[in-house]
Amino acid sequence: MTVYLVRRVLQALLVVLAMSLIVFIGVYAIGDPVEILISPDADQIERERAVQALGLDLPLWQQYAVFLTKALQGDLGRSFVYNEPALKLILQRMPATMELAFGATIIALIIGLPLGLYAGLRPDGRFSRVIMAGSILGFSLPTFWVGLMLIMVFAVYLGWLPSTGRGETGTLLGMHWSFLTWDGLRHMAMPAINLSLFKISLVIRLTRAGVRETMLMDYVKFARAKGLSPARVTFVHVFKNILIPVVTVVGLELGSTIAFSVVTESVFAWPGMGKLIIDSINVLDRPVIVAYLMMIVLMFIAINLIVDLTYSMLDPRVRLESKAT
Amino acid sequence: MTAPTLEVRDLQTHFFTRAGVVKAVDGVSFSVGRGKVMGLVGESGSGKSVTGFSIIGLVDPPGRIAGGSILFQGRDLAKLSEEEMRDLRGNRIAMIFQDPMMTLNPVLRIDTQMIETVLAHKKVSKEEARQRARDTLGMVGIPSPDERLKAYPHQFSGGMRQRVAIAIALLHEPQLIVADEPTTALDVTIQGQILAEVQKLCATTGTSMIWITHDLSVVAGLADDIAVMYAGRIVEQGAVGDVLDKPLHPYTHGLIGSVPSRNKRGEALRQIPGMTPSLLNLPEGCAFRARCPRASEACLAEPVLAEILPGREARCIHPHLDASEAA
Amino acid sequence: MSEAIITAKATDKVETPFRRFVFEFAESKVALGALVVFIIIALLAIFAPWITPQNPYDLAELDIMDGRMEPGTVGGAGFTYWLGTDDQGRDMLSGIIYGLRISLTVGAGSALIACLIGASLGLLAAYAGGRTDSVIMRLVDLQLSFPTILAALMILAFLGKGIMNVVIALVLVEWAYYARTVRGTALVERRREYIEAAQCLALPTHRVLFGHLLPNCLPPLIVVGTMQVARAIALEATLSFLGLGVPITEPSLGLLIANGYEYMLSGKYWISFYPGIALLITIVSINLVGDQLRDVLNPRLKK
Repeated sequence: MTVYLVRRVLQALLVVLAMSLIVFIGVYAIGDPVEILISPDADQIERERAVQALGLDLPLWQQYAVFLTKALQGDLGRSFVYNEPALKLILQRMPATMELAFGATIIALIIGLPLGLYAGLRPDGRFSRVIMAGSILGFSLPTFWVGLMLIMVFAVYLGWLPSTGRGETGTLLGMHWSFLTWDGLRHMAMPAINLSLFKISLVIRLTRAGVRETMLMDYVKFARAKGLSPARVTFVHVFKNILIPVVTVVGLELGSTIAFSVVTESVFAWPGMGKLIIDSINVLDRPVIVAYLMMIVLMFIAINLIVDLTYSMLDPRVRLESKAT
Repeated sequence: MTAPTLEVRDLQTHFFTRAGVVKAVDGVSFSVGRGKVMGLVGESGSGKSVTGFSIIGLVDPPGRIAGGSILFQGRDLAKLSEEEMRDLRGNRIAMIFQDPMMTLNPVLRIDTQMIETVLAHKKVSKEEARQRARDTLGMVGIPSPDERLKAYPHQFSGGMRQRVAIAIALLHEPQLIVADEPTTALDVTIQGQILAEVQKLCATTGTSMIWITHDLSVVAGLADDIAVMYAGRIVEQGAVGDVLDKPLHPYTHGLIGSVPSRNKRGEALRQIPGMTPSLLNLPEGCAFRARCPRASEACLAEPVLAEILPGREARCIHPHLDASEAA
Repeated sequence: MSEAIITAKATDKVETPFRRFVFEFAESKVALGALVVFIIIALLAIFAPWITPQNPYDLAELDIMDGRMEPGTVGGAGFTYWLGTDDQGRDMLSGIIYGLRISLTVGAGSALIACLIGASLGLLAAYAGGRTDSVIMRLVDLQLSFPTILAALMILAFLGKGIMNVVIALVLVEWAYYARTVRGTALVERRREYIEAAQCLALPTHRVLFGHLLPNCLPPLIVVGTMQVARAIALEATLSFLGLGVPITEPSLGLLIANGYEYMLSGKYWISFYPGIALLITIVSINLVGDQLRDVLNPRLKK
């Protein structure tokens, strides 16, 4: 087990390194920040000074080397715009994005699992067809438009929920979280629901497919032959089997959800990493873009690793075999 | 003579598919006495498994019991509600399936799967249920049951798993066990062991058993009576020794003759020509007519199951009555 | 479990695979309806200049005094603004139909190009095997493990705005799906005898690939392709909404929705609402068709 872990971590580090190179080259090839940050009527000397200050006069590979050494020390550059360490900016906003992403995932599971279960158990029923039609709608609807509609209905017309912003936050472990306050939850409701729509559809479809496949299995028939109640057959025998693939996919999707929060955060003006990156792209605040991409890559890899480990914990066939080897 | 544990009368189980009605079981009757083993023999498609599922009430749509009665301890199982059937399943009537890897849930522990069976029918504490599970595992010859209980199905060998399945069937000391090809997926040696144990168990506990198989050699050593099925009907029935020594029906005759071990070296293997007919498209008259070496014009009329010799029934108008034709 | 051997009765008339496919597809009334809807939308988009009451991008036709009018009001030029106007006085209905044009062109266009590139690479990977396969598959994995929206954002940040750039970005993020799908099917088909036969005939590689292997890999490709078109349309809309997609001079539905964003809070919902509905109908109809295609073309689900 430990050998496996070590190997995975090493692989991950390699990928991170490769990504850092790609990101660096890619981002630094985007436009010329000097043009943006310096007023057009600055003269040559001021320009040169600015270029030097930002380290842009060095050859590319040297810039990369500097970047790498600093990165390993935790310094991913300073934002051109905010003049603060890029990493700090991102970390400040991470809780906001994370709670949206997790909130969306939890909502997706709470709503998606029961609906998918029902649709799988009674595939030809009326309600099941409605659920499946709804799921198609769920992944067809463009997220940003749904967000707008949600704002229109719940904020403008009904006035139940606030339209933008994060609201009050509470502190936990030194970070600010919205879900700790009622006002924060009210602000979080719409963006989280908006973000969860796609995932709800995914969970419904996965669960339903899993249930339909599992119901045909011999062990379900055997469970019935033992005289077990239908409830037990469904919620223990069937459910535990489909939970494994569903949780795996949802876990893997978590990374995508975090990335996709870019859109939701823009619509709801939610001050998370996503909004930061959009703004940074628009003004070509390179250090922030680089720092963001690196964080995302790290998160993706970490999530993949955790999901793999969780999977081997949940499925006894995998877990016990690796112990034996 | 005590009343038989199970009496099946003219059972009909039909599948209503888009392509037509498939009469998987078309008028099957037999009875199983207390402590006796009935071997239900046939090729795939003969309806033997469906008969087994009909008895335990697990025929799924588009199939259902379309007629006949299944008398078990005075009650007609075909007429019971799902609730009442569930009460009996795993309790008074148990079933063992063919492939134990797929019949035991791979993500649940053995003890979970056994304890839930106990608790489904008796209100006892978990500890008592666990004790019962332990005892039953010992009954089927599984060593160190405590460890085994904590294990998962994939950690067992095929033979062990099947023993666990048998143990589960025995948890409530059922009056009837329906076993659907339980040893087909196992090695021959393991098969032998399990057969011997099952025989011992039935003798000691008085449990009746229906052993469904396509393998005559299994039936020969184990069963008391045998019923041969073809195309949804019983074509021959009687005490196992009689039927296997002097088969009446040409199909039984052919089955026994086609067993490879009966061949002399160098002789061509004997086969029954042709294939089992599609149940959607049964030929007129005797279903075996197209493949029967003894068929004649008269076979266009459907033969009935008749008692040709005392205690032996066959569905044929040209049974092998000549003693010299013994296979 | 059930041992009943069911053999289908021989049918009287000759049934070609295509006819059977059409029949099975038509079994779902919903999918059929969706197909009709989509065809209507496509026709609207193609014939936009001839059917819209106004050309919303011809500044001469606009009257800014007609700006932000509610749906149903009659404008200065004498025709009804069925879906209202935006802040520049553009008729929403015309704008939406023109927007459909852009959305569909970009979406379908990029999907098609991505399909060509991806399918070719997938075929190559499956056929050549070994090193080529590894390299291509690594690229595919890399591409697929990166979240689509971020990749597209980065590429567009690099390239800048513009329709061609959007198409390029979409192609770059989409090709991998096609490659992976085709490779999967091709790996299976590759072992079949007809490929061996073609190889024995010493046919040139590209003949074998495109003439023999590809046609048999089509079913899953068609399904993936259909769903991808919908995804591409949605992705383009999202990118345009975020301000990184098509330019203002050629607005797609996404950009139209973005334009209406600021008016949402003051109750002028129609500027964002109707383009959204149009987008929605387009995507949903494509997805419904794709869903049914998948059920029909999937051999595993055949009863």
